[in-house]
Amino acid sequence: MRLTLITLLALFIATAVGIGATWMTTTRGTELGTLTIGAWTARPRTGTSDVDPYSRATITRNGELPIGTGDGVAFTAARDDLKKPLDGRCDVVVSGVTPAARFWTLTLYDRKGHLVANSLQRFGFTSEEIVRGADGAFEIRIASRSRAGNWLPTGGIERYQLMLRLYDTPVGVATRTQRDAPMPAIATVGCP
Amino acid sequence: MIRLVFTIIAGVLLGGIVHLVSVLLLPRIATEDAYSRLTPITKLNAVTQLAPADPTNALMPYMDPAFAVAICRYDLSGGAIKLKVPVSQAYTSVSFYTRNELAYYAINDRSAGKKVIELDLMTEAQHNDLPEDEDVTAADRLIIDSPTATGLIVMKALAAEPGLMPQAQASLAASSCSVQTEMPAKQAEAPQARR
Repeated sequence: MRLTLITLLALFIATAVGIGATWMTTTRGTELGTLTIGAWTARPRTGTSDVDPYSRATITRNGELPIGTGDGVAFTAARDDLKKPLDGRCDVVVSGVTPAARFWTLTLYDRKGHLVANSLQRFGFTSEEIVRGADGAFEIRIASRSRAGNWLPTGGIERYQLMLRLYDTPVGVATRTQRDAPMPAIATVGCP
Repeated sequence: MIRLVFTIIAGVLLGGIVHLVSVLLLPRIATEDAYSRLTPITKLNAVTQLAPADPTNALMPYMDPAFAVAICRYDLSGGAIKLKVPVSQAYTSVSFYTRNELAYYAINDRSAGKKVIELDLMTEAQHNDLPEDEDVTAADRLIIDSPTATGLIVMKALAAEPGLMPQAQASLAASSCSVQTEMPAKQAEAPQARR
């Protein structure tokens, strides 16, 4: 009787620990093979055949199609440069320059990777449609209410994430530092 | 007491194994993966255009709304696939995924270097069966080996501005993906036809 109870307890702990750890790692992601520059994080290896098992599990579980290495690389940011979570009710400025790439797109998603509805039907910017300063630098204002210049609406959602995709770029598995890939700064400039 | 501690340690160790096994098995048992989501709305061995990504059709997460996307869901058991994608004005890319969404190859319009991206997709066995003909190994014929018999080809064309989306979709509409029937016979004829 006692042996049965103890075996059952051990098996119960094993299930809870095992499934719990799998759930945690596939929803939150792991640090394996990540490239972090400023507030931005990329996983260049997810677009190759030697993707780590955790990323593979996450990709299939969420139903994503990762961007292939011959195509480009995707950087995500869920926090600003001061590690404050991006808040859709605040004004956030993304400014500076981007790494060398033929095209890039910046897109706003909710926490699950879905686009956020807004009256303007604007979900992001491409490198072609952005208004730039004389020196080529740009400034995108992400806010719930309309702003002058490059305004990206948040729809007022509480938490969101940004994805910067570089297409046809030398940035990838070999990239290590800010010098190889100068990423734009993210700053929260005001909250109501 | 000792027995309880031992039970907990054994449980945690066993849990580690359960975790590793479940992570490794997840790609095989996931039912909501991209391939399964695309199966009902795409044709086999043919090009299907997807509706532009917007908040109301969240087919897959993290889709780039600036791109027109077309899918060719392939099955190589009936023979190799011939893929032709005309290059759009801005940027075109073709990515290959296995049945379990492993991105094993991707090419863009610049690396293709032509007005039409032309590829042959086949399994390794089919590649080995190809006759060792000079024409077959000619540099203008790009052959991709698929690690699995089934998978996805994702064709993307960039609409640099929202107004250019119809043009990007039109260029993808001209792409084709079809099974190459009687491959060796065709190759035998081809050199004669050119002369």
